[in-house]
Amino acid sequence: MNIHAVAAIYKFEMARAWRTVMQSVISPVISTSLYFIVFGAAIGSRIQEVDGIAYGAFIVPGLIMLQLLTQSISNAAFGIYFPRFAGTIYEVLSAPVSAFEVVLGYVGAAATKSIILGLIILGTAMAFIDLPIAHPILMLVFLVLTAVTFALFGFIIGIWADGFEKLQLVPLLVVTPLAFLGGSFYSIDMLPPFWRDVSLANPVVYLISGFRWAFFESSDVSIVVSLTMTLVFMGLALAFISWIFKTGWRMKP
Amino acid sequence: MSSVQTPPILSIQGVSKTYEGGFQALHTVDLDIKKGEIFALLGPNGAGKTTLISLICGLARLSEGTITVDGHDVVKDYRAARAKIGLVPQELTTDAFETVHNTVSFSRGLFGKPKDPAVVERVLKSLTLWEKRDSQLRQLSGGMKRRVLIAKALAHEPDILFLDEPTAGVDVSLRREMWAVVGDLRKTGVTVILTTHYIEEAEMMADRIGVIAGGKLILVEDKAELMQKLGHKELTLVLQEPLTTIPPALSEFDLALSEDGQSLTYSYDTRAERTGIGSLMRLLAENGVRFKDIATKQSTLEEIFVGLVEETR
Repeated sequence: MNIHAVAAIYKFEMARAWRTVMQSVISPVISTSLYFIVFGAAIGSRIQEVDGIAYGAFIVPGLIMLQLLTQSISNAAFGIYFPRFAGTIYEVLSAPVSAFEVVLGYVGAAATKSIILGLIILGTAMAFIDLPIAHPILMLVFLVLTAVTFALFGFIIGIWADGFEKLQLVPLLVVTPLAFLGGSFYSIDMLPPFWRDVSLANPVVYLISGFRWAFFESSDVSIVVSLTMTLVFMGLALAFISWIFKTGWRMKP
Repeated sequence: MSSVQTPPILSIQGVSKTYEGGFQALHTVDLDIKKGEIFALLGPNGAGKTTLISLICGLARLSEGTITVDGHDVVKDYRAARAKIGLVPQELTTDAFETVHNTVSFSRGLFGKPKDPAVVERVLKSLTLWEKRDSQLRQLSGGMKRRVLIAKALAHEPDILFLDEPTAGVDVSLRREMWAVVGDLRKTGVTVILTTHYIEEAEMMADRIGVIAGGKLILVEDKAELMQKLGHKELTLVLQEPLTTIPPALSEFDLALSEDGQSLTYSYDTRAERTGIGSLMRLLAENGVRFKDIATKQSTLEEIFVGLVEETR
């Protein structure tokens, strides 16, 4: 294991986040705060409780997930896409590193960043509302699993993309709708039966549901199903990445 | 020379590369590089120079053949092989916002070496980058960036250094500076493989030269021998008054008269004992041929390649 290489990539990526702290930390925090103000304080007080939970608190896990998903993807996608775009990827490709080490460095850093961000948003939410966390450890497990899974997904997008537009396209056209329709702001049990069943095809439902369970012990789908599905997505992403490195897809002609 | 006995530091056997889409960039290339030598891969654009380097360094996948670096197969035993190689790419690709010191330290880590500020300092000083260690890369000139790329490639103390077109697109003074850098590298005992399409450059730096064209390694020879083959030069005299024919007294010279009769071109070999320029000038004066301008031109690599390719057919 080339641990020095993993550390070098990880440090490099973390330093990049620090240089763009406005974009990577402050802007998601501001946008989440706005959600709280609008949906939590302003409208939330007029919305009835969901599953016995005040609406302001109910949306917190979903909001954190929303940011966690988009930030994990865009962090990891940009992290690997930019060296490809700038040409500096030559160094990583010519280095004595395995695919696993490269992924560990890039995805590890991207996941770290979004986990930190998730915790900052959680802290921000706690400043606004009274928020119980029933299972803090499980909450962290979900946070980490989701961040890693979607950073892996972002890594794939960063390798697939051949322009900045594509880099934005997937998060914008796929992930944001899935997150909004995955129950960030409502329980899918509130939907008519048909749309509830359709929602179960949305992978984000399981993440948000499981994450919410860690807070309130109430969820749309069972916590076991949520955990299993999350691990399945992670497995799929890992399998695809190992295929990428085996075939040199988009990386080595 | 004991180099005959020592195994090659780099061995390329029967290497071919066909890109997806069917373009064959290399045709069964065989080449052995001796430890400590400076080898120039000379060839026109698109000859396959960068492809060959990419295959050795792991930037492209081999279609056929084997490559070993100090006995380590670049595919099966890529960790050991790549740890011995430093690569300076053709393009000046740098992380604009990184500092010189950080980017060089990063390279060292990436290649699996523990942090060692002393090595980084030595590498930076040897490339006169020490004063610039805290500058961001975007603030550096092209020549400085090139040095940074060399420093990055040397940060893990490799045995072999690849320089892909180290002087492409740089001005004359920078080119000379690069030559000096390579000269210094020679003293450290590092094996250097560089690509270029300038004969002059291969001549200045290399011990041995390989000529590559159309994906084939046409010949590999010691510099001195090759330069003799490539020493062809032309002298053009722009005449004050046009001539209709070449004066008979000049028949012993390899002269050509332009169609409009305005200029005379003399072909000669710069390596010959006597180039004949002196006596040509004297005879021109004696025969009343006066000229207003004079120019010399080295055969271009393109012309030489055409010649070499023709020869090998």
